[in-house]
Amino acid sequence: MKILVPIKRVVDYNVKVRPKADESDVDLNNVKMAINPFCEIAVEEAVRLKEAGSADEIIAITVGESVAQEQLRTALALGADKAILIETDQEPQPLGISKALKSIVERENPDLIIMGKQAIDGDNNQTGQMLAALLGYPQATFASELKVSDGKAEVIREVDGGLQTISVKLPAIVTSDLRLNEPRYASLPNIMKAKQKPLETISSDELGIDLNPRISTIKVSPPPEREAGIIVENIDQLVDKLKNEAKVIS
Amino acid sequence: MTALVITEHDNSELKGSTLNTVSAAQKLDDEIHVLVAGFNCNSVAESASKIEGVSKILYVDSSEYENFLAENISLLIKNISNDYSSILAPATTNGKNYMPRVAALLDVAQISDISAVESNDTFQRPIYAGNCIATVKSSDEVKVITVRTTAFDPVSSESGSAEILKLEEVNDAGISQFIKDELAESDRPELTAADVIISGGRGMQNGENFNLLEGIADKLGAAIGASRAAVDSGFVPNDYQVGQTGKIVAPNLYIAVGISGAIQHLAGMKDSKVIVAINKDEDAPIFQVADYGLVADLFTALPEMESKI
Repeated sequence: MKILVPIKRVVDYNVKVRPKADESDVDLNNVKMAINPFCEIAVEEAVRLKEAGSADEIIAITVGESVAQEQLRTALALGADKAILIETDQEPQPLGISKALKSIVERENPDLIIMGKQAIDGDNNQTGQMLAALLGYPQATFASELKVSDGKAEVIREVDGGLQTISVKLPAIVTSDLRLNEPRYASLPNIMKAKQKPLETISSDELGIDLNPRISTIKVSPPPEREAGIIVENIDQLVDKLKNEAKVIS
Repeated sequence: MTALVITEHDNSELKGSTLNTVSAAQKLDDEIHVLVAGFNCNSVAESASKIEGVSKILYVDSSEYENFLAENISLLIKNISNDYSSILAPATTNGKNYMPRVAALLDVAQISDISAVESNDTFQRPIYAGNCIATVKSSDEVKVITVRTTAFDPVSSESGSAEILKLEEVNDAGISQFIKDELAESDRPELTAADVIISGGRGMQNGENFNLLEGIADKLGAAIGASRAAVDSGFVPNDYQVGQTGKIVAPNLYIAVGISGAIQHLAGMKDSKVIVAINKDEDAPIFQVADYGLVADLFTALPEMESKI
């Protein structure tokens, strides 16, 4: 079984991102970049399937600038076998990314595509579902458990009321939620080995894909600030404030 | 121009998130139609017809929609989408699941999780876990939108009188199959609909200690939530999680107990009207967003609070 794992380069999750002073965009000057945490979980899941003998090849792929090779190398160090960069200078949006990924899916014919449920920059939560739609594949989003057998994937999904189990025919798209697994750390020998693994670069022009943004950002502003509160001394004072000042309990 | 709102329901009851979504749709378009798709869900169509400001209910009742599988629902929405300038669903796990699929089938972008409508093509939405608010403009002819329900006041569920139009639309993609739901059963209000929420974090130490929250929740009619740390530690199930990747809530009163206040948690609750934090670490970031902070050991504070409210 061949698994394709689309990943994204994003701001490290520990960074508190702020708007630029002129509010034209977010300020990403000199911030640490990393592989999106949900994508890391997706890579880990693919590697576990390979270690369990269910998969024999893992391809990591991303759509972005040349520097996104760093994150592909991370995926290779975690256990992917080869990587593909679809290079573009535009900041691609989910629909365009899905179209670019679709053309590679049609070339590589993976049996399973595992990817993060959302990237922590735009918080869009769209690309997996869009790719599934464009390919006519089933989707199992927000997965917390994945079992593959007999040409099907059985997936436990995290839904609002609890958990839902569905079965999808392969080829299918699975998007990872936080509890699918705990990703390993790449070991130093594996980081060294990853440098030798194949990384193919394709320009988005070659694919002839329309990556033009459909949504433009007009402004990025800070969220409304909450006014500083007070520290109460004890429960009596807290209950009194809630009853008589905030009037939220009676 | 007409908006189509997709209802959230469980085949017997219409969910409140639909009312917030209609409210957002009213800021976009003059006329609003509502889709009720499910199986044996006549009662939902009846309830939907009473939603304020809605002129027509499109009612589709067929077994392949019973479990809202994205493959089938998205085909249905695409087929009936012709006359609409916008299609909106609440940003629940259902809406997040099928709406991007609808958008891709229509070859349009989706605007996710909008928190305000500026005009019929310009919206605000939180990005980077709510650390920034982006104002975005869509150039697509049809706007496919998911709505952050806490950002819009619900419309009335009583005052409308929409016509119900039953459609025969069969769309079984045949590639996915529902097996089972394991949904938490509780007499408490749902997290996303509760007026009061009391949430526990890693400081609760184990699942059993969540009992300390229950007495207070009973007295206040509150829902119980949790931080990601508490869910990941196995104290409580995933559906308790409030945060960037869990549920987004904005109750009148949010009580955070033993929660440090990681930005991913704050992203899910900082629009609450009044925030109370109880934590023994006075440097915990949760105190920066709390209206009332109490630096105390939760194991003594919670029983005392329960006895005094």
